[in-house]
Amino acid sequence: MPALAPRNRPWQYQAVPRWVYVVAAAGALFVLVPLVGMVAKVNWGKFIPLITSPSSLDALLLSLKTASASTALCIIFGVPLALVLARAQFPGQRILRALILLPLVVPPVVGGLALLYTFGREGLVGRSLTVLGIDIAFSTTAVVMAQAFVALPFLVLSLEGTLRTAGQKYEAVAATLGARPSTVLRRITVPLVLPGLLSGAVLSFARSLGEFGATLTFAGSLQGVTRTLPLEIYLQRETDPDAAVALSFLLIAVAVVVVALTYRAPQQPARVPEPTEAAAP
Amino acid sequence: MTRIFRKPAAAAALLLTVSLAACSGGAAGTGTTAAPGSTPGLSGTLTVFAAASLKSTFTDLATIFEKDNPRAKVALSFDGSSTLVSQITQGAPADVFASADQANMAKLSDARLVEGTPAIFATNILTMVVPPDNPAHIKTFADLARPGVKVVVCAAQVPCGAAAKTDEAAAGVVVKPVSEELNVTSVLGKVTSGEADAGLVYVTDAATAGDKVKAIPLKLARPTVNKYPIAAVATSQKQALAKAFLTLVTGPAGRKVLRDAGFGTP
Amino acid sequence: MTLEVDATVAGRRLDISLRVGAAETVAVMGPNGAGKSSVVQLLAGLLRPDAGHATLGGRTLFRTGSPGQWLPPHARGVGLLAQEPLLFPHLSVLDNVAFGPRSQGGSRAAAAAAARHWLGAVDALQLAGRKPGQLSGGQAQRVALARSLATEPELLLLDEPMAALDIDTAPFLRSLLKRVLAGRSAVIVTHHVLDALMLADRIIVMDRGRIVEEGPTAAILAHPRSGFAASLAGLNVLTGSLSGTGVVTPDAGLVAGRLAGAFADGAAGGGVAAVGRAQGLGPSYAAPGPGGADGMAAFPPSAVSVFLAPPQGSPRNCFPVTVTELEPLGDHIRVRAGRLAADISPAATAELRLAPGARVFFVVKAAEVAIYPA
Repeated sequence: MPALAPRNRPWQYQAVPRWVYVVAAAGALFVLVPLVGMVAKVNWGKFIPLITSPSSLDALLLSLKTASASTALCIIFGVPLALVLARAQFPGQRILRALILLPLVVPPVVGGLALLYTFGREGLVGRSLTVLGIDIAFSTTAVVMAQAFVALPFLVLSLEGTLRTAGQKYEAVAATLGARPSTVLRRITVPLVLPGLLSGAVLSFARSLGEFGATLTFAGSLQGVTRTLPLEIYLQRETDPDAAVALSFLLIAVAVVVVALTYRAPQQPARVPEPTEAAAP
Repeated sequence: MTRIFRKPAAAAALLLTVSLAACSGGAAGTGTTAAPGSTPGLSGTLTVFAAASLKSTFTDLATIFEKDNPRAKVALSFDGSSTLVSQITQGAPADVFASADQANMAKLSDARLVEGTPAIFATNILTMVVPPDNPAHIKTFADLARPGVKVVVCAAQVPCGAAAKTDEAAAGVVVKPVSEELNVTSVLGKVTSGEADAGLVYVTDAATAGDKVKAIPLKLARPTVNKYPIAAVATSQKQALAKAFLTLVTGPAGRKVLRDAGFGTP
Repeated sequence: MTLEVDATVAGRRLDISLRVGAAETVAVMGPNGAGKSSVVQLLAGLLRPDAGHATLGGRTLFRTGSPGQWLPPHARGVGLLAQEPLLFPHLSVLDNVAFGPRSQGGSRAAAAAAARHWLGAVDALQLAGRKPGQLSGGQAQRVALARSLATEPELLLLDEPMAALDIDTAPFLRSLLKRVLAGRSAVIVTHHVLDALMLADRIIVMDRGRIVEEGPTAAILAHPRSGFAASLAGLNVLTGSLSGTGVVTPDAGLVAGRLAGAFADGAAGGGVAAVGRAQGLGPSYAAPGPGGADGMAAFPPSAVSVFLAPPQGSPRNCFPVTVTELEPLGDHIRVRAGRLAADISPAATAELRLAPGARVFFVVKAAEVAIYPA
């Protein structure tokens, strides 16, 4: 069936004008050169002792722990949110989407204040929690909440986009095959949007790892409990710039490794490869 | 995503820096050789980098200075002392630096960026602050060591935290804070929001917060006194203007403004 | 299972009343935008009616009013095969087909067994381990058919199942459908008159959301009332038994043509077994080769020339006919002669002095005649 072959081969025309490459290179340099500048500042002789001091290790472990927990929270709440935003239709949907994405544009400190006035001891919800004996302020839980607050939109945005392009036809077909909505979600929708979910989770993790303002405002700063790596960097800068630079490098390295391992650029839904039988006579 | 949302902000910050530099550059060279004090002949823009805790007092002092010298302008930049020091060492166009502690002024001296000897113009001591209703019934410094009392202090790496450590040692009080904040504003914020039962801040911070907190003196025989030094920056092209401002701050008018805000004066 | 539906969908200007008997296949035809696919979606539960009701084998699929009733798609027992195969890309072929039985509560082993059975029924068992991305269009659509059958649906909906297939692959799926639709209630949306002829017991012609004509396939094509049915009926179709690359018809003798699609490859390659391998067929489905089996020859009126005397020497099909009717059709004249029709220019009509009752010869090149196994 030679007729099949040309149709499945993607076209190779690339419509990127040359000047775009120049501007793109400038943009890339704008991001990369400061990183190089920082790496150049690292005192490599003292690097290992600096990043293995008890306070540094505490901060690193706490950051990894809380960022993982907040990413889990983002998945638990973000997947249903993205589904509702992408699939359902109800009044006020646009407003809901705008509000959910608000943490993207609001300064993190403002987010921290909002959390404080909600879950703090005197806060809207916090007051009731205090009565129940639950105290969130100054706890690791508060750090996780602050991180999840700022990171949630990343997952929702990423996943909603994937859900919209993934198309509902597969889900409809699955339903006609007798699958209940929950089964469709578990066996069809989630596997189909897994790349989007994964990249959303990675973005959320990276954002959580870098969270500073909301954590500082809402959770405080205590070694091993609430002082995450960014807070430790800020603090070390006061007395030991070498330590701050070393920790900054560590933070970047962790983020780069995580992103490189898991994040892939948003993809078209998998292109159907050339059928293997097309070559048969 | 991160990139999309952060890049414009970074670009804006860059633009801002560039335009600020352009402004002060344009005004450079107009400083005159008039004598110190309120000399009508002084003109030009003086850029003052001052510790964040000096915000209200230095804003008032700048107004007085501009009234005394109608042809002069004062541009103020407030931030943490260490941040300001790193900015100046990286070439930020400061004419005067007022630090919240001597350590940071020493860093600038080490970088040979201080003109002459820094002058101590204000002092500050710590005080306890509690929410207005004082939920933990704090009366004395020793109450901070009671179990269950949520105390917030500055981290030992920042001046207010170092002072707190010294005061605790002097009084023999072992405080287990729930949080060691990165700056004194955060300590105050945790107390005003009612999140913490008590905090240790400077008396001037307590004064600024007004009735949002209740200040309870530590009543130490020999409290840790935090000294505020001020100096002209060596690279400044406006030494005369800078000297005039220093004179104002260390003089009677400056002392009055500082004392009204709760500072001690030497 | 009998399907009865009577429904309106205001948003799509759809207003239909339709009955599909037990083991009956109904073809829904009509111009683009007539609402054919809306009917499929309505029956599958993917589109909500504004008013109406539907029952399938005594069960209510939906009923508007109060209290209304609505059976969600997963509870309807209605299978769907769309234009695209829509195989779940992350599942293997076997898991795709097992998806339905598994969703209906079957054990993993039972679902896999059912999947193997149905893959065998569409001659795709050897594809079981592949991912959908490794299938050709025809293979994928066969697997999709197996998947929709594996739930044992009481009603099978086929929405232009061959429209996305290339011309070589469609005939094979068509004969496969003919086999599996026997004894089933089914609704097939199609643009192709051959589908209706081969697969359907009855045709429904839709236009602008309404049913404008319906009846047994042969009757509709013989006496079209709607314009669309008339345009469908234009195709010349002769039935008989296959013989080599032609069809022996009782009245017109041997009609030479070219075997359509995959069968043509096999014939050209000189062996039926080659067809079986290339298409992934079991030997039993290679049967419609030369000799004996029912077949159908089809050619468009535009391919027919009209002569007053039989032409000499060229390998063409020549049918002696008597003109029964002349009909202007656009910029040409349709010359009808019993079941056959030819489209020629008005000038030619005049030159030949054609009129009803004239005895002429319809001539068509073998290359223009498509031969299908029926």
